[in-house]
Amino acid sequence: MWRKLRDELHPKGVELVTVGLDALGAEGCRPFIEAAEPTHPSLIDQHHVLARLFGVINIPSSIWIDEAGMIVRPAEVAPAPPKPDAPSAPPDMPAEMPGRFKAMMSEVVNMPNDTEPYHEALNDWVEKGADSDYALSPEQVVERSRPRTADIARGHAHFELATHLETRGDHEAAVGHYREAHRLVPNSWTFRRQAWSLEGGIDGPMTRFWQGPSDTDPDAWPYEGDWLTDIRREGAENYNERFKA
Amino acid sequence: MIIDNLTIDKDAFEAGTGWQLKAEGACKGDVCIPLPGEPGSTVDAQQLADLMGLPVVHDKAHGLWSIGPESTGARALTTAQAPDLQLPDLDGNVFHLASLTGQKVIVYAWAPY
Repeated sequence: MWRKLRDELHPKGVELVTVGLDALGAEGCRPFIEAAEPTHPSLIDQHHVLARLFGVINIPSSIWIDEAGMIVRPAEVAPAPPKPDAPSAPPDMPAEMPGRFKAMMSEVVNMPNDTEPYHEALNDWVEKGADSDYALSPEQVVERSRPRTADIARGHAHFELATHLETRGDHEAAVGHYREAHRLVPNSWTFRRQAWSLEGGIDGPMTRFWQGPSDTDPDAWPYEGDWLTDIRREGAENYNERFKA
Repeated sequence: MIIDNLTIDKDAFEAGTGWQLKAEGACKGDVCIPLPGEPGSTVDAQQLADLMGLPVVHDKAHGLWSIGPESTGARALTTAQAPDLQLPDLDGNVFHLASLTGQKVIVYAWAPY
């Protein structure tokens, strides 16, 4: 979907850079990137530097940068382009879907989707550049970027320790730092989903989407929250921040 | 950034934190944090982080320190100038965001989970 949009926009002087945030690195991202056959730079972000550098707290998110290297829109929700070629479905969904996935999908449909205003804004910026109402001033960009308290900054330091230890194969030690990152940066869905996705919970290709206690040994779950519990507590309607012109 | 020794090269500190150490202080884009003196070729990361307001988390069991980002401006971005993001592609080739100067760029974050 994004590749098609990129190929439309590239002749107009726009490049797309996709970044996969995953502690498992290329191994985790490879099947998705190979299936997408990108014509643009497609990068791997094993330690979530996009969170630290730009304030990314959820995916999909985008940051717009002008020809001079100035950010004109800070990290915000980036809905898929309208009228996709095909509906996106998780790979190899089992014929008989487990109850947890059914419950998760019933929440997903209630998440806000600002595809239209987002892509109208994107087209406007591509056409008009700095004259677009959607291109923010440097002061607005900084002001609109996500809050960063001392606690949040400390949470990022814990998260980097977690992904570093994960990379070294020390998953048990990583969990403690993921937990601290979750406590200190409670609004980051990526920090939570990353950690949850490494716990298994169901066998097979959908294992990383389970993101919660397994049906067979729920007490082994090492985190305070999980995908379904947190979505229900916070409300699916609050999962994505709305597009703000 | 992750380090296993608090005394590190100035260059490594700059690359890891995104802050350049200059005569006028630690600078990122158009923002500078004054420092008591110009740092030498090696720096005490803990001392420097404290002066700059960067958190340092110590994992004693693994002999590691993690230096987190600044929060001095209370925002994720200190400046609207895009950082020189450098990340590898699937083949391990490092891509520099700065190589796209002159084009509009959409940085798009996704995850396989």
